[in-house]
Amino acid sequence: MTTPAPLHLAVALDGTGWHPASWRTENARPHALLTAPYWQDLITEAEHGLLDFVTIEDGLGLQSSHLTDPDDRTDQVRGRLDAVLVAARIAPRTRHIGIVPTAITTHTEPFHLSKALATLDYVSTGRAGVRVQISAKPHEAAHFGRRKIDPLPDGDYNSPAGQEAVRGLFDEAADYVEAVRRLWDSWEDDAEIRDVATGRFVDRDKLHYVDFEGEHFSVKGPSITPRPPQGQPIVTALGHASIPYRLIARSADVGYVTPHDADQARAVLAEIRAEQAAAGRADDTLHVFGDLVVFLDDEPGAARARRERLDALAGEPYTSDARIFAGTPAELADLLQELQAPGLTGFRLRPAVVADDLPAITRSLVPELQRRAAFRTSYEADTLRGLLGLPRPASRYATASA
Amino acid sequence: MSKPLKQIHLAAHFPGVNNTTVWSDPSAGSHIEFSSFVEFAQIAERAKFDFLFLAEGLRLREQGGKIYDLDVVGRPDTFTVLAALAAVTDRLGLTGTINSTFNEPYEVARQFASLDHLSAGRAAWNVVTSWDAFTGENFRRGGFLPQEERYSRAKEFLATAHELFDSWHGDEILADQETGHFLREAKAGAFEHRGQHFDIQGQFNVPRSPQGRPVIFQAGDSEEGREFAASSADAIFSRHATLKEGQAFYRDVKDRLVRYGRDRDQLLILPAATFVLGDTEAEAQETAREVRRLQVSGATALKHLEFVWNRDLSSYDPDGPLPDVEPDLGEHTVARGRAQVRMYRDPLAIVREWREKAEANNWSIRDLVIETGNRQSFVGTPETVAAEIDELVQADASDGFILVPHITPGGLAPFADKVVPLLQERGVFRTEYAGTTLRDHLGIHHPDAESRNERVAS
Ligand SMILES: Cc1cc2nc3c(=O)[nH]c(=O)nc-3n(C[C@H](O)[C@H](O)[C@H](O)COP(=O)(O)O)c2cc1C
Repeated sequence: MTTPAPLHLAVALDGTGWHPASWRTENARPHALLTAPYWQDLITEAEHGLLDFVTIEDGLGLQSSHLTDPDDRTDQVRGRLDAVLVAARIAPRTRHIGIVPTAITTHTEPFHLSKALATLDYVSTGRAGVRVQISAKPHEAAHFGRRKIDPLPDGDYNSPAGQEAVRGLFDEAADYVEAVRRLWDSWEDDAEIRDVATGRFVDRDKLHYVDFEGEHFSVKGPSITPRPPQGQPIVTALGHASIPYRLIARSADVGYVTPHDADQARAVLAEIRAEQAAAGRADDTLHVFGDLVVFLDDEPGAARARRERLDALAGEPYTSDARIFAGTPAELADLLQELQAPGLTGFRLRPAVVADDLPAITRSLVPELQRRAAFRTSYEADTLRGLLGLPRPASRYATASA
Repeated sequence: MSKPLKQIHLAAHFPGVNNTTVWSDPSAGSHIEFSSFVEFAQIAERAKFDFLFLAEGLRLREQGGKIYDLDVVGRPDTFTVLAALAAVTDRLGLTGTINSTFNEPYEVARQFASLDHLSAGRAAWNVVTSWDAFTGENFRRGGFLPQEERYSRAKEFLATAHELFDSWHGDEILADQETGHFLREAKAGAFEHRGQHFDIQGQFNVPRSPQGRPVIFQAGDSEEGREFAASSADAIFSRHATLKEGQAFYRDVKDRLVRYGRDRDQLLILPAATFVLGDTEAEAQETAREVRRLQVSGATALKHLEFVWNRDLSSYDPDGPLPDVEPDLGEHTVARGRAQVRMYRDPLAIVREWREKAEANNWSIRDLVIETGNRQSFVGTPETVAAEIDELVQADASDGFILVPHITPGGLAPFADKVVPLLQERGVFRTEYAGTTLRDHLGIHHPDAESRNERVAS
């Protein structure tokens, strides 16, 4: 058997875990969810496992069991902190791992987000990224009162009618990413000159107006924050259908997709690669990661039994957009390698129960993959781009003025 | 019977975009790299300061249609830096300037409530109201306001943010693992606000934070600004750091509190202040002169005059006499994106006054700017500076000061190491933090208790 290329691994952090009853397990610490030490402990554990990065989920409304509307449930975790601020709070106490908060493009300002992420890149010395997400939720729009978002035609994002309804929001997200990337480039790397002889602090020829004009917004620029250490922090997005795949293909450095088997993975990859070529980015590295929910236990059968216990507590079986895996680390390693074969370059694992499944990933899955020479044995780079094998981009304006 | 000594509040302002910073000094570090912020914050915390302060600017300044390049340019994002600083400090308050024109209440309330959680109760918000179209070009609404509406939006913005902060009372989260009740009730965080600027409703998704609400600062100086502060702020960041001006401002603002049913001690007045220390009085004066010359080059002096003249003055000699032309009184087009532009409300009067001063003293343009602009607030030995600060506070010219050193980030250390111990000896500054939250440091009440009482009563 040939040795597979090393995988990239990320974990998706969300509250006490992705299973709605995860907060009821013994080590879940549900009372600590709104404290810094809780998040610090999780990311420290992830870094201990040499993972590429963590993502931090977010939303502009209370969590809900319903896709687009609020629910009235009192039996699940509700309430959360701003993901970019959580990321900033934990960054100074880690050294290698990438930190990728979620940001909602539908209701926020590209100018504000671009400087926040540039600053996250400074406070983490080159380990920042973002996961961009749209909001098609009418009740979240009502939190802002600036625009009305209609309910999805049949309550489902992924149906053709649902996709058509959110097309505009994804196009806006693509514009948003473009504006943000231009703002990151708007200071050339060496714009700050501190030239005592002429009394000039900056070389203003190396500061650029971005002059972005889109359908929903325009941004003048330049940024107020100098170009961040990575040049551009990495941009990631999750997709389940053609329209979001196009966003991934046009705008992202890492896309997350949710294939349930290798054939689906192959089909999704073909679609994304075609879109990528159509967008003129065929030569750029674009990682496509598979998303999986994981229950992991060393003991055969234990993970499945745990899943059943949690489903019983929740009163219904847990379902997800992503494939739900319950098994041993060796079985998961097999599955990851099988899904990798069609061309996925990594995985974003969603721990079903953070308290149990995150340490199982870092302490059992990672050693298993290392034994198979399928995962790193030490951090080989100081920046997130370095870990992902992505080059540091030159400012688009530098070439123009050179 | 003598009056008990007032306790002084001290804060540290990380110098942002302005001409107080002597960036050419060999000991000046980065104003962007996080290590600078860490060093600065840790000096402030070592000295038991109340809080660290960050200003805000949302568009790079321009002069004569070009980006201003003589002073420090660029700054990191306020929320992100403050959240990161919470990781490397324990007690220091974290005050961020955030504009109410180019933001939305749900998002800003969420960010401040998050910062308060992540810092275990150390967040404060300096609400500013810059409104101009120039800055608005960076935002999706193209959003700017007629100047008259800036405070009506700010007021409603703050009131709405308070409704969001108060939408959780602090007892909603049960997280009872046995019974499976996470929330006490499904409608946690419910709010509805229908007003002139905001028409919003739903559920706020950040549960009540350690301070209940962040501490609120205000920094505008106009009549409307003072009223806004008197009605809604816990503290004012002012620019009146001298005895007479300070006392006048102090009296004026504190008198306004009555109208809003508030006690005089419910609003702290904290002017911005700079300092230069020396081993002797003469040495301090000499250093102060040098610093002023480094802050104000000939080119800087001309640019400074353009704020008032609203004309291109680049053809004038900074070492020569003041321009012989009159200021352009039309819309300010020469210098843009700079709060100072709005400081000079009556350019004709200013020009007249400056000409008289320059003639009487035989000052060049540069001399004039050095002598009249941004003079250091405190110049002297640690002993005289400590005495002066104490006197100003005891004489009700302020409740303390927000200090901005001219060297980033190390320039705060001499004050922390030499002046603070003298204030402590005088018994007017803490030697240990008495509490953990910024409200504790400032001696302002926690609104939790209030809303709980309201609930009990209702
Ligand atoms: C001491 C002081 C500091 C200020 N700092 C800022 C700042 O950092 N960012 C900003 O946009 N405006 C700042 N301002 C401007 C004001 O807060 C205010 O929004 C503006 O001047 C208009 O209000 P006014 O007319 O009441 O002064 C500051 C004002 C003062 C007096």
